[in-house]
Amino acid sequence: MNTYLTDILQSGALMITTITGIVLLLVEANRRGRPATSFALAIVGLLAAGMTALIQMPAHGTGFSGMVQTGGFASFFAALFAVAGAMTIALSRSYLARIGWFRGEYAILTVFAVVGMMLIAASNDLIILFLGVELMSVCLYVLAGLARVRDRSNEAALKYFLLGAFATGFLLYGIALIYGAVGSTNFEAISAAFPAISAHIMFLAGAGLVVVGLSFKVSAVPFHMWAPDVYEGAPTTVSALMSTAAKAAAFSGFLVLFVRTFHFVGAGLNTVLAVIAAASMILGNVVAIAQTNIKRMLAYSSIAHAGYMLAGVAAANAIGLMGVAFYLVAYAFMNIGAFAVVSMVEDDHEQHLTLDDYAGLSKQRPLVAALMAVFMFALAGVPPFAGFFGKYYVFLAAVEGKMTWLAIVGVLTSLISAYYYLRIVVLMYFRDGAADVAAKPSVLTMVTVVLAALLVLQLGITPSVVVQAAQRFF
Amino acid sequence: MIAYTPLLVLFPLAGFLFLGLAGPRLRNEKLIGIIGSGMVGLSFALALGILMQMLGSAPEERKAVVELFPWISSFTGTMGSFSVSVAYQIDQLSILMTLIVTGVGFLIHVYSIGYMHGDRGFWRFFSYLNLFIFAMLNLVLADNFLLMFLGWEGVGLCSYLLIGFWYEKKFTGDAAKKAFVVNRIGDFGFILAMLLIFVTFGSLRFDTVFAAASILSPGRTVMVWITLLLFLGATGKSAQIPLYVWLPDAMAGPTPVSALIHAATMVTAGVYMIARCSLLYALAPVSLEVVASVGAATAVFAATIGLVQNDIKKVLAYSTISQLGYMFLAMGVAAFGAGIFHLMTHAFFKALLFLGSGAVIHAMHEEQDIQKMGGLKKHLPVTYWTFVVGAVAIAGIPPFAGFFSKDEILWKAFSSDFGSWVLWLLGALGAVMTAFYMGRLVFLTFEGKERFGHDLHPHEAPKTMTVPLMILAVLSAVGGFLGVPKSLLGSNAIEHWLEPIFDPANHKLLITEHDIVWSEYVLMAVSVAIAAGGIYVAWVMYLKRTGMADRLAARFSRIHRVLLNKYYVDEIYDASVVNPIVTISDEYLWKGVDTTIIDGSINGSARGIGAIGSALRRIQTGVAQSYAVVFVGGIVLVVGWLLLQSH
Repeated sequence: MNTYLTDILQSGALMITTITGIVLLLVEANRRGRPATSFALAIVGLLAAGMTALIQMPAHGTGFSGMVQTGGFASFFAALFAVAGAMTIALSRSYLARIGWFRGEYAILTVFAVVGMMLIAASNDLIILFLGVELMSVCLYVLAGLARVRDRSNEAALKYFLLGAFATGFLLYGIALIYGAVGSTNFEAISAAFPAISAHIMFLAGAGLVVVGLSFKVSAVPFHMWAPDVYEGAPTTVSALMSTAAKAAAFSGFLVLFVRTFHFVGAGLNTVLAVIAAASMILGNVVAIAQTNIKRMLAYSSIAHAGYMLAGVAAANAIGLMGVAFYLVAYAFMNIGAFAVVSMVEDDHEQHLTLDDYAGLSKQRPLVAALMAVFMFALAGVPPFAGFFGKYYVFLAAVEGKMTWLAIVGVLTSLISAYYYLRIVVLMYFRDGAADVAAKPSVLTMVTVVLAALLVLQLGITPSVVVQAAQRFF
Repeated sequence: MIAYTPLLVLFPLAGFLFLGLAGPRLRNEKLIGIIGSGMVGLSFALALGILMQMLGSAPEERKAVVELFPWISSFTGTMGSFSVSVAYQIDQLSILMTLIVTGVGFLIHVYSIGYMHGDRGFWRFFSYLNLFIFAMLNLVLADNFLLMFLGWEGVGLCSYLLIGFWYEKKFTGDAAKKAFVVNRIGDFGFILAMLLIFVTFGSLRFDTVFAAASILSPGRTVMVWITLLLFLGATGKSAQIPLYVWLPDAMAGPTPVSALIHAATMVTAGVYMIARCSLLYALAPVSLEVVASVGAATAVFAATIGLVQNDIKKVLAYSTISQLGYMFLAMGVAAFGAGIFHLMTHAFFKALLFLGSGAVIHAMHEEQDIQKMGGLKKHLPVTYWTFVVGAVAIAGIPPFAGFFSKDEILWKAFSSDFGSWVLWLLGALGAVMTAFYMGRLVFLTFEGKERFGHDLHPHEAPKTMTVPLMILAVLSAVGGFLGVPKSLLGSNAIEHWLEPIFDPANHKLLITEHDIVWSEYVLMAVSVAIAAGGIYVAWVMYLKRTGMADRLAARFSRIHRVLLNKYYVDEIYDASVVNPIVTISDEYLWKGVDTTIIDGSINGSARGIGAIGSALRRIQTGVAQSYAVVFVGGIVLVVGWLLLQSH
């Protein structure tokens, strides 16, 4: 009994989030028609979880019979997921009210999705990893289809679910094969067995299938096809959550599995990851140029960013680990910010989503346009914003990991990406447009977006905050 | 107190952010002025507090580094891993610079409240000034080269913004651009030097670099390169030959800007940087010779141009270039303390002279031609008397501030192991011209007959402008007593204070203190005579026998024209550097390389990429089954390839 209490206390963030979710279920069951309460509770609960995670970061350990890790890496990511979740809920409040889907279940599903994400980052066992992926995914399937009278939302949910189920099958099969090779699902056991099994055919096939399953979740090429359709169809704030926190969760799975458990070894796996990374960078950035819908553009941009981060994973060294962690934090804030601006410009009937709708935005909504410009510059990797150091660290990792070609691909494709990011800035500032876009955003939304922009700037000026945390991950 | 060092920098930053963001909505000039000046005043007060604490502790405890946050780090842990912090270093040199920057800066902020009254960019002006102070304090307080460079670029940016402050006028825009471009050349030197320092010493922190440098022996080629490249940076920022050309044009900015940035603080950054790196220069005596020669040459060269200029601010601008030359001369003969001493006194009297000229320009309704002034003494009594104090101080009449600092430099130029009688002679030549053109400036502006229209009724400036003038006049009068040499029974407090900073360099250069010798008194007497003589000649030419100046100009018309046209240096640069570059850029690089080759290939590849994008877009059919097919294809590739690897 006592050990369980310690376990629970040590996984504070996970527990607080879970309890928040359960409380929300009860509240929703009893007090119908008051979603505002649920939203407020969810934000408070997630922020409390985030704080707890930050406090517990220095203490390392395992809990629940070695099923989960606590502190360090798990806490770092728990804080990220909690903050990102809280931010998307805060952003959704007025957006959902505007499109007519302001429902309490949105908050509940987001909170449980965050629980799933935290489980992935905390996993010390393949079963927990799988559990986390599924909990997160199921919540996201529903969230994508939240606006259930909209065709696109339905389509998005169905496609995401079908392909997600498909990917889950392979992930689970991969886990089974690894278990078959090692005889255990525990990361420490796998890690210990490693030198002997690293060339084992069953292990390699299993690891390959796990790569496939997680690549689907991070929307890396060629497992990315769902992303543009789903990001476009899902409510914009849900796309924000999927492209940031959910992606970060899948990446935390990559890191914990490939960097920590597989000890950076298995040159074959690294090559596979590097090729997937390069393909994602190239395809994401090239196709993004041809997009006219901003949500689709951000979806392809998201595929490209998955490529940059996979380059850090493929590099398989300490800088890569740190770089990907930094990148995820930076990307979370800049992409949530970008989607938030999209949700402000978007009208109630899925209109104002083309790039041309951004023409002349600086004249109508100077602050919104300025914030969007910050996020676009950050996504393009222009200093002093956070995106620059994210790219710097993962490319540095690639060079140090003897994958200079990957860094070159990254730099060249970043160059391409500058075109479509800065096009938005050009449109906003140097073109005249229609006068009627963008209703006045709510205070809560503006505060959240300004906060995101400040964090993007802060991380770009003092990247060492994350760097130092990353040095004490495991 | 020292622990609060970051606040020194953060006060002006807060002022900049607040005024920059809220400025357009603050309709109250007084409030903007109080916030802008107040932030700098707070920094000054804090700097004074830190100084008090330092005075109360032993000399070896006066240095401290306060780290704010680690800035850039790549924690590979291997050789060449790079890490830089935002950290501020308090020591004898940096606190002195901080006091000058914030003290003189505060007075100029207050002055600007009156000077910029009614300007529609009032808030913008103060937010830029605060930003400048922020950048300048980063420059002088940084504990590493990169942060120093950030400040270095920051002051350059502010200089650009403030020169072009009245951006509606084409000339100010051009002047701002010129300043920026010319400074880029110098900055390029700084960057290269920084890279070389990192390659050589493996760090950019002053402590680490200087500790490593202190065990080297002089004569390594790389040190010559580092110091010469740093000096190239200094010639840009501090307006020395060959990169001085931007400073006279920079006078297009508002006069408080000329006083703060282009006289008292920013332009001395190069001197400060060499003082900070004195140990590196000690390892490259050749570079010291270059510094001394360039400094002496600039001192004389700029003074000759100053002799004949008719724009009140242009005279002061060339005077500034010339005085900066003296500071570099001091650095070059390894009299680092004397150079910093002159930097300080110069900040006092040159800020005073510029602000005084601002009051004159203000009273004359934007007239800057001294030929159209005269007799202003009775209209602007406060401005007149304070201006005279400044003029006497710069001319080098004892006991005003300029006498002690300039005399120290001249003496060192003569007596130091790195000095020579040639350097002294150049310095003395510059000094006589300085006295002459300052005399001319005072006499033409304030004395004699009124040469302006009767419809003009000049009146004294408001209190916000005259009080800073008076304070600066007092400082210009007594500031020199901080550095009274031993030969005049003084203790040379300022050089003594700075000794710990320059000891490593002096040690490396085997410089020891000299005994007082009779020649020091002779040279001192000579320089006083020179100063008095220069003023006397100006008095004769411009007051006593008023036609004489014109007759001389006619007699030596060719020389006069050359001087009036500033040796045609701008024209020479245009013909030799600017125009060829423009022609090559325009005719070949733009129309040839850029439009056809680069644009062609970019457009081609962009079209290509766009076309690929559009083609790939078609794969995205929207049909989930086909997505699954691609997915399976991916699985086959990944797993298949991995299985091939397993043999």
